[in-house]
Amino acid sequence: MRNFIRAYPTETRLFVVLLAICLFLSLASDSFFTLGNFTSLLNNNAVNVIWAVGLLVVLIAGGIDISFAVAASVVQYICVYVFEAIGGGNWLIGLLVAGGLGIGLGFINAALIYRFRIISIVVTIATFNAFFGLLMFITSGRYLYNLPDWWTDRITLFEIQSADGTWAELILPVAVMVAAMFATWFLIHHTTTGRQLYAFGDNPEGARRAGINIALMQFIAFGWMGMMAGIGGLMQANIVQEVVPNALIGRELDVLAAVVLGGARLGGGRGSVLGCFLGVLLVAVTQNGLNLLGVSPFAFKMVVGVIILIAISMSNLKLAKFAKATRGSH
Amino acid sequence: MATLYSKLDKEFGAGVIGLVGFLCVVLVAFSIASPQFLTAANFNSIAFQLPELGLLTLAMLMPIVSGGFNLAIIYTANICGLTLAWVLMQYGGVDAGMPAFLLGSAAAIVVGALAGCIMGLVIAYIGAHPILVSLAMMIFLRGLGEFLTKGGDISGFPDFLHGVGHGYIMGIPVPLMLFFVAAIVWHVLLTRTRHGFSVFMIGSNIRAANYSGIHTKRTLTLIYTLSGVMCALAGILMLTRFNSVRVGHGEALLLVTVLACFLGGVDPFGGFGRVVPVVLALIILQVLSSGLNLMGANQHLATAVWGLFLIAVMILRWMAAAYRNSNQKKE
Repeated sequence: MRNFIRAYPTETRLFVVLLAICLFLSLASDSFFTLGNFTSLLNNNAVNVIWAVGLLVVLIAGGIDISFAVAASVVQYICVYVFEAIGGGNWLIGLLVAGGLGIGLGFINAALIYRFRIISIVVTIATFNAFFGLLMFITSGRYLYNLPDWWTDRITLFEIQSADGTWAELILPVAVMVAAMFATWFLIHHTTTGRQLYAFGDNPEGARRAGINIALMQFIAFGWMGMMAGIGGLMQANIVQEVVPNALIGRELDVLAAVVLGGARLGGGRGSVLGCFLGVLLVAVTQNGLNLLGVSPFAFKMVVGVIILIAISMSNLKLAKFAKATRGSH
Repeated sequence: MATLYSKLDKEFGAGVIGLVGFLCVVLVAFSIASPQFLTAANFNSIAFQLPELGLLTLAMLMPIVSGGFNLAIIYTANICGLTLAWVLMQYGGVDAGMPAFLLGSAAAIVVGALAGCIMGLVIAYIGAHPILVSLAMMIFLRGLGEFLTKGGDISGFPDFLHGVGHGYIMGIPVPLMLFFVAAIVWHVLLTRTRHGFSVFMIGSNIRAANYSGIHTKRTLTLIYTLSGVMCALAGILMLTRFNSVRVGHGEALLLVTVLACFLGGVDPFGGFGRVVPVVLALIILQVLSSGLNLMGANQHLATAVWGLFLIAVMILRWMAAAYRNSNQKKE
């Protein structure tokens, strides 16, 4: 346990803050500490977590991506036509098609970043607008409802009726979320590629001189992000049972904020899957709490902004003090 | 001719000639493509649309030159507009007088400076990444604005504001004059003052700048504060032009400001960038935008074109750099 705290200070701190908020909300509101509320929190944030672990890999590799939510919309839209063309499909085909299309879109980012040495924020601002503009232009903003049945059918993994008659249930996206978290954890902690991603993010030039294939790193990071974006898009359509071209735009900032809260750093080399999950949960629980406490929904964003500002200040402040203290002791 | 070329290059930054050439190409192309393009009305509308975008781009320019970023410019401008609107409302809305406008503008500038100053302090003294800090500030300001306005419009301002947003002084549109004054101030600030020098040094290498005695923290704070002030000017201008304030007005301009900076030759890693090429880039973009408009391109297609154009600009710059490098090696 002590080792864990030492190795993951951000995650530990985040966990403590999350516990404190949960405790406060349990006391302040009757409906917070219920199974139904927890499962709905998980259901509603599964897609954000899927995106968050994808974005985590990009951040670890020293990049940033703000185009993924729009990429997910593009994937959703193309998927509808692909499934129509092949006459149905199933979940396996769905995941393969969505993941594959996502990887393709991610590779566009990676190719521009690697080939022309453009910084990733500029590339993804550009692709964000190009994807969104083209999607809205070609589809003229049309909603799609005629999705295949397998796609929109609600698959319940677990359900239980509590004493007061309300149902608590977990749906398919939560399982996919767990799988995505596990896969990402395995990639970054238990493969050589994972170590190389951290090394590349921390010091690209050093990694290059150590013989790491830079191009491969960029393509893996943005490909992984793209795959998660595509799968997240597929799950989102499963939840809302429709495809709306401009429904996901704007979500990228929430996810980015959550991942950064979870200890990932712009500039690469840091971050963990657990931190991502806790970061998304912290934002979700805060919003949920504000909602239950009857705070105006217009204030949510404001509070989230303040939380992020405080969180990045805190994490950097601690480091600065720590550095000063060690320097002073010599 | 050659000396004139090098003199221009030295005074205003490399690429000025190329940009002027590009501007001419764009002008000729649209004149051929659309009969309404070469009309006084069209150029008039360009002159009135350019300044908002221009002021916001100047607000983006200084952080980028220092190696940072300011994602919060649009919402800072919106919040400053809201401040001005609030002061005008306190003094009777439509009946508010000139003193109320001046007071409101001063308040708006203070609010903009404050928002920028907070970002600058966090970036400078805590060492957080500018993208994250400005992102958090953007989310906060958007939330604050939506909270205050409940997502609606505020309108009903005194009539004389129309003269500010749509008027002329000696045949020159007032917003355009404001923009040129701001651009000249920015140019002088960046090229002729100690602060400007520090900005370039910080953008090139912040540690080296720090060791050579530049007060990097104070300079960084000042950079974001000034950026906030510029956003406030843009916010005030937007209020007088649209005669209303809504949080989210001009959201799409963020991309265009980044595009203008990079088209104008600013180094995305910081350390290099001049005001004059950026102003030229702005004129090009505004001409392109009005040209696309006249050709009947829809708003989403225009968004896609901006995105693709940004990629094209970056690829061209990479090719130019590669070409220059290979030439140097031959010599």
